[in-house]
Amino acid sequence: MADKYSADTIITETQKRISNAFDVFDHESNKTVDVREIGTIIRSLGCFPSEADLHDIIAELEEEEPTGFVRYEKFLPTMTKILLERKFRPITEDLLLQAFEVLDQQKKGHLEPEELTKYLTQEGEPFTQEEMDEMLSAAVDPDKNVILYKDFVSMMTFDDTR
Amino acid sequence: MGCGVTKTSEFNRKFDKAMKAAVLIQRWYRQYAARMEVRRRYTWNIFQSMEYADLQDQIKLYNFLGYLMDNFTPSRNLISHIFRENEVCRDAEWERYFSYNNITVPDIYSGPRLTFPLDMDQAAHLVEAFKNKQQLHSRYVLQLLLETWKLLRVLPNINRVSTCHSKEITICGDLHGQLEDLLLIFYKNGMPSLEKPYVFNGDYVDRGKDSIEILLILFAFLLVFPGDVYLNRGNHEDHIINLRYGFTKEVLNKYKLHGKRILKLLQKIFSWLPLVTVIDQRVLIVHGGISDTTDLALIARVDRHRYVSALRPPKKKTPSRTNVYADSERYDEMIICKNRRGSLTFPKPFGARESFQRRSLQDFSSTILDLLWSDPMSHDGCIPNEVRGGGCYWGPDVTEGFLNRHNLQLIIRSHECKQDGYEFCHNRKVLTLFSASNYYEVGSNRGAFVRLGPDLVPYFVQYQATSMTRGLSFPQNVKRTEHTALKVLREQLFVHKSDLLSAFQEIDKENTGLICLNDWASAIERVLHLDLPWRVLHPQLVSSTTDGKLDYHGWFRDLALKKPSSEHIEQTMLETLYRHRSTLETIFRIVDTDNSGLITFEDFRQTLKLLSAYLKMEISDEVINELVISTDTNNDGSIDIDEFMEAFRLVDKKLKQQ
Repeated sequence: MADKYSADTIITETQKRISNAFDVFDHESNKTVDVREIGTIIRSLGCFPSEADLHDIIAELEEEEPTGFVRYEKFLPTMTKILLERKFRPITEDLLLQAFEVLDQQKKGHLEPEELTKYLTQEGEPFTQEEMDEMLSAAVDPDKNVILYKDFVSMMTFDDTR
Repeated sequence: MGCGVTKTSEFNRKFDKAMKAAVLIQRWYRQYAARMEVRRRYTWNIFQSMEYADLQDQIKLYNFLGYLMDNFTPSRNLISHIFRENEVCRDAEWERYFSYNNITVPDIYSGPRLTFPLDMDQAAHLVEAFKNKQQLHSRYVLQLLLETWKLLRVLPNINRVSTCHSKEITICGDLHGQLEDLLLIFYKNGMPSLEKPYVFNGDYVDRGKDSIEILLILFAFLLVFPGDVYLNRGNHEDHIINLRYGFTKEVLNKYKLHGKRILKLLQKIFSWLPLVTVIDQRVLIVHGGISDTTDLALIARVDRHRYVSALRPPKKKTPSRTNVYADSERYDEMIICKNRRGSLTFPKPFGARESFQRRSLQDFSSTILDLLWSDPMSHDGCIPNEVRGGGCYWGPDVTEGFLNRHNLQLIIRSHECKQDGYEFCHNRKVLTLFSASNYYEVGSNRGAFVRLGPDLVPYFVQYQATSMTRGLSFPQNVKRTEHTALKVLREQLFVHKSDLLSAFQEIDKENTGLICLNDWASAIERVLHLDLPWRVLHPQLVSSTTDGKLDYHGWFRDLALKKPSSEHIEQTMLETLYRHRSTLETIFRIVDTDNSGLITFEDFRQTLKLLSAYLKMEISDEVINELVISTDTNNDGSIDIDEFMEAFRLVDKKLKQQ
């Protein structure tokens, strides 16, 4: 098994994955993507960077005179390094559940939409209203109008693996 | 160490923990959203490429029929009527043909009863009636359409609108028969009136199921407020396109007795719809777009009504009343395939007989084609639009030049579906506006309309018809749309089964049934000519083994045609017919000259022979007989088109077994 997955093979496979993800956003087929899509591309490859992390990466990838586009030649080495070094590791289901439990200070087993909204739009790396609305549309139980975060976490992580 | 201090540090710790938790959740959710976005993106790519591929099919078919006409083939008689101009009668005679006076409305009819001239209340009542799923009686339909035709005939090619008196003008894009979206727009923005002028930018019909209702509403408001409602023609306001994309079928189903008459009248109305609208001499509104030769002065002068269909270039006016249809005239009509211009008809050499008249005929045809079919592109230049088969792709430099020449500041166009209902390009000098939400599938996109006041700054309103999306969250929307897209894509793969299998087997010489991802992707690209991210899509389409190889037979096994093969008809024949079912259905509808939905055995036979010529593939008499017998025919010796096409549905074998 070891020789099948030699270092070279891993690098090539990794680069192919990067190339494919890049292509989905390369609308003009000229090996450039809009800089605003970089975050999406990196995340689609399985990484979990924070907004601050992305900010740094983008600064590295931009041209001296920012054009609003990122070229593939620059993106590939940066992204390869990120994947091979396994930066920005995934957040496990357990960790995620713990995070929700921290926010649920009264240990109710659920969160009110207003509570969650307050945390996520004011703390940390705040969500935009649009991001918050999107998350709520998936998270809020329509009958009880609360977020049953245990169920939510299970459902979302199940989805991810499909 | 008093209580206060402990509480503060305790609080700080809690706060710190809460913040860390929030960051974690945000980080995680953004990753999830990104993965959803990728799926949404490639789902979108799938729908768009399928849509355009289908459109190309229609073009090819029409080219083929044109070829048949030129070459005096026997089946010519079946189809010649769609090439005939029928302009032998005067308008007055047509008005007699479209007469509604002898149509009686039964007492039991509970729908709207219109009296002319229409007023605002009647128009509003009509909207309400359609909202309640009522149908307008054919007598009133014809009457309304006749009045509309009369009005349109006196309108210029270019609608000129002004925002004086601080009027805000509302502009809507493609509606495609989606009545719910029009009702939503009226709900959010109010109905058209003296204070609320509207411009509608074409493509009112096809694909959606309430095309005729949308037309009736728009025409009613046009008649009531002729100075405040403006209609542009779209590329779907074209009776030959309607044959394939559903409008013809809709009208014939809803109006069994008078459908044919209604369609004929609509054919005329479509050709009389204005071509463009200009607001305050600053903003151009046109359905498709422009080209590097678009000139408003020229557009103002053309006889727009002679351009009946994109696929049927205008005939020269014949002085005699007899229906002369010499072959030499056909040559005159062909849109020439110039060096950079695409052509919608079968390209033929023009010969030495160029004349000024012919050239100007061709010029105005391609002018209108450009207006209704073109799309913007991001690089400079102007090239033929080969994806659609008509019009061009125009670049930012062409926009710049055009706006400067005409002293305009913005082009508003439609024609392309956009996820958020609208999108700017060309340095915000071109705006694409699309008003049919959920166009590809429930949840696929929003619709939008725009308001322009005297400052000409666009104000957008977006929406999504929610009766189907109610209760669906964003991820559910994405998944549902993706599911449909993949289904459509799998069908496409099935349709090219034999070609794909040969391509795979060329690579897999040892016949292991397995192939690596790269080879699989390149083979698919070669066969399908669809520009899609195959490597990203592959997990959804084909199963892989543990060492990363793909089993390319697997997914073929699960799909099958509904119609089982029989003695004379092999599976491959059925598959071929399935692949071309849109074409087959279109030909049927063309052959069905009285638009009854039924064709005779003989015509059916002829149609299949026509198809076999088109495909350059033999369809034997035994096969045709078998198809005739096996279709559940009515006892009157005719075949129901819908019933026949029903047999050509793809079913999932796995589902069948359940």
